[in-house]
Amino acid sequence: MIAATFRSVRSSRNLMIGLAITGLMVAMALVSFVWTPHSPTGLNILSKMQAPSARHLFGTDAFGRDVFSMVMTGAWNSLSVSIVAVAVGMGAGVPLGALAAARGGVIDGLIMRMNDLAFAFPALLTAVIITAIFGPGAINAMIAIGIFNVPVFARITRGASLGLWSRDFVRAARCAGRSDVAITLSHILPNINHVLVVQATIQFALAIVAEAGLSYVGLGTQPPQPSWGKMLNDAQTYIYDAPWLAIFPGLAITLAVLGLNLLGDGLRDVLDPRVRRQR
Amino acid sequence: MAAYVSGRILSLVLTTLAASVVVFLLMQLLPGDPAAVMLGVNAQPETLAALRRQMGLDEPLLTRYLSWIGGFAVGDFGTSYTYSVPIAELLGPRVMVSLPLALMAMAISVGVALPVGVYAAANRGRAGDTASMGIAQVAVAVPNFWLGLLLILLFALELRWFPASGFAGWENGLWPGIRSLILPALALGLPLAAILARVTRSAVIEALGEDFVRTARAKGLSRRATLWLHATPNALIPVITIIGLQFSFLMAGTIIIENVFNLPGVGRLVFQSIAQRDLITVQSLVTLLAASVIVVNFLVDLAYGWLDPRLSTGGAR
Repeated sequence: MIAATFRSVRSSRNLMIGLAITGLMVAMALVSFVWTPHSPTGLNILSKMQAPSARHLFGTDAFGRDVFSMVMTGAWNSLSVSIVAVAVGMGAGVPLGALAAARGGVIDGLIMRMNDLAFAFPALLTAVIITAIFGPGAINAMIAIGIFNVPVFARITRGASLGLWSRDFVRAARCAGRSDVAITLSHILPNINHVLVVQATIQFALAIVAEAGLSYVGLGTQPPQPSWGKMLNDAQTYIYDAPWLAIFPGLAITLAVLGLNLLGDGLRDVLDPRVRRQR
Repeated sequence: MAAYVSGRILSLVLTTLAASVVVFLLMQLLPGDPAAVMLGVNAQPETLAALRRQMGLDEPLLTRYLSWIGGFAVGDFGTSYTYSVPIAELLGPRVMVSLPLALMAMAISVGVALPVGVYAAANRGRAGDTASMGIAQVAVAVPNFWLGLLLILLFALELRWFPASGFAGWENGLWPGIRSLILPALALGLPLAAILARVTRSAVIEALGEDFVRTARAKGLSRRATLWLHATPNALIPVITIIGLQFSFLMAGTIIIENVFNLPGVGRLVFQSIAQRDLITVQSLVTLLAASVIVVNFLVDLAYGWLDPRLSTGGAR
């Protein structure tokens, strides 16, 4: 009993820290709309390459831009790209996985073989090719990252809902003449939403890293819009003279990913009692 | 077992073929006519048409695919539009950078993760477990290209132990080559090690709760021997699965890490070929990368059958 209580406190601690960090990132992104300490895009050659100080918390870059303001604006960029990417992945992946589970047979086989095929391409490589085809930019990065989220959600939806189709309450609904779509919406999805929520947080974290990676190699968000990945790329040129340029954007990415991972772990502990028992 | 393996090989060949079709069709969508890119903006229309004919660009789609994939099957990946040399020739020296890099990263990942994961599982709930898993939780979140920059900052610029970028070349000896790959391999391998350590920990914890572990302890085997001889081998299936999945991450990771460290590897070649609209090179390289992921997954499947013979006969399912 004491052990169980301890475990649930520990699991909620993950959730609490995850929520706090993610909340901080979201707040930073939202505040950047109305306030940043300095302009994130304003050039000021006179105050270039300044080390962190009270005036410039994270220092300034080679163009004299305030790094803290850029990190704040970058948070919005990173979050928005990732939200859309996960939405694209869920929007296409969940219906595909649900269809495969509902129909089985040839449709299931076809969807799952397409899935296997998609997994053969390293995710970032796919994103690099897609942005190369459609041109670099935040929108195309969203689509590219979203596309490699599709098979992930298709597989997880199918796996989680497959067993439900042989359960009595689903059979009863079938006997009552409900359509597959209606059963999926009213019985299947509500029973698997905890799995999807947890997976969405994990994919969200992966999307943040993928967006930063694409922007780092110049295929994601384009200047002058600040992005964490692009900032790291710029930082590499001045890494000896201005190491702080390489520290803070990376710290922001790590913190955002850490927050989402903890949130995912915490949600899994709280939403899925089986995992809680196994721990 | 033979039926299991031959079934797997058939699916391997079919998946690779399907992947090649997808890559080929994607490349048709890339904007820019390679012949026009090669000749520049001032090219005469007749020269352009002649070059297009010579490159086979005026052939129907199906003919072009078949001639490419036919060559591909016998190791002829085509001729680079940019460098006018066979792609296989272009690939050779670059594989000699990327493959050792990937293997070193994998060795770092497994070499760090297995001991840490087993140690954490054996000391579950104690300070060592909490500390190592706390570090792993943070390390999972560190993007490899940022870790690369931090490693450059510390070990190349401050301590001057390793070069900050570039590749020394194998012709200058084994150590200079390995030395220039150590930082990139750490940048790639350590975040993967963090994931693998967490998986290893939970798999070993699960195995430690099984009856055969209790039996081993009851017959008088030491804790240590039970842990390493009975629990760990039985925890390997999920660990191998993740190692297989990490290979795909590794392939994608080299693309970015080779950019961070300025290494002349396959990833950078993919990148440069995309920038130069060297379609045939992109097409062959991406198909090769996909094929290597498919082959590794196949090997992982075979490893399942070897680690747990019930899986290959279907007895357990």
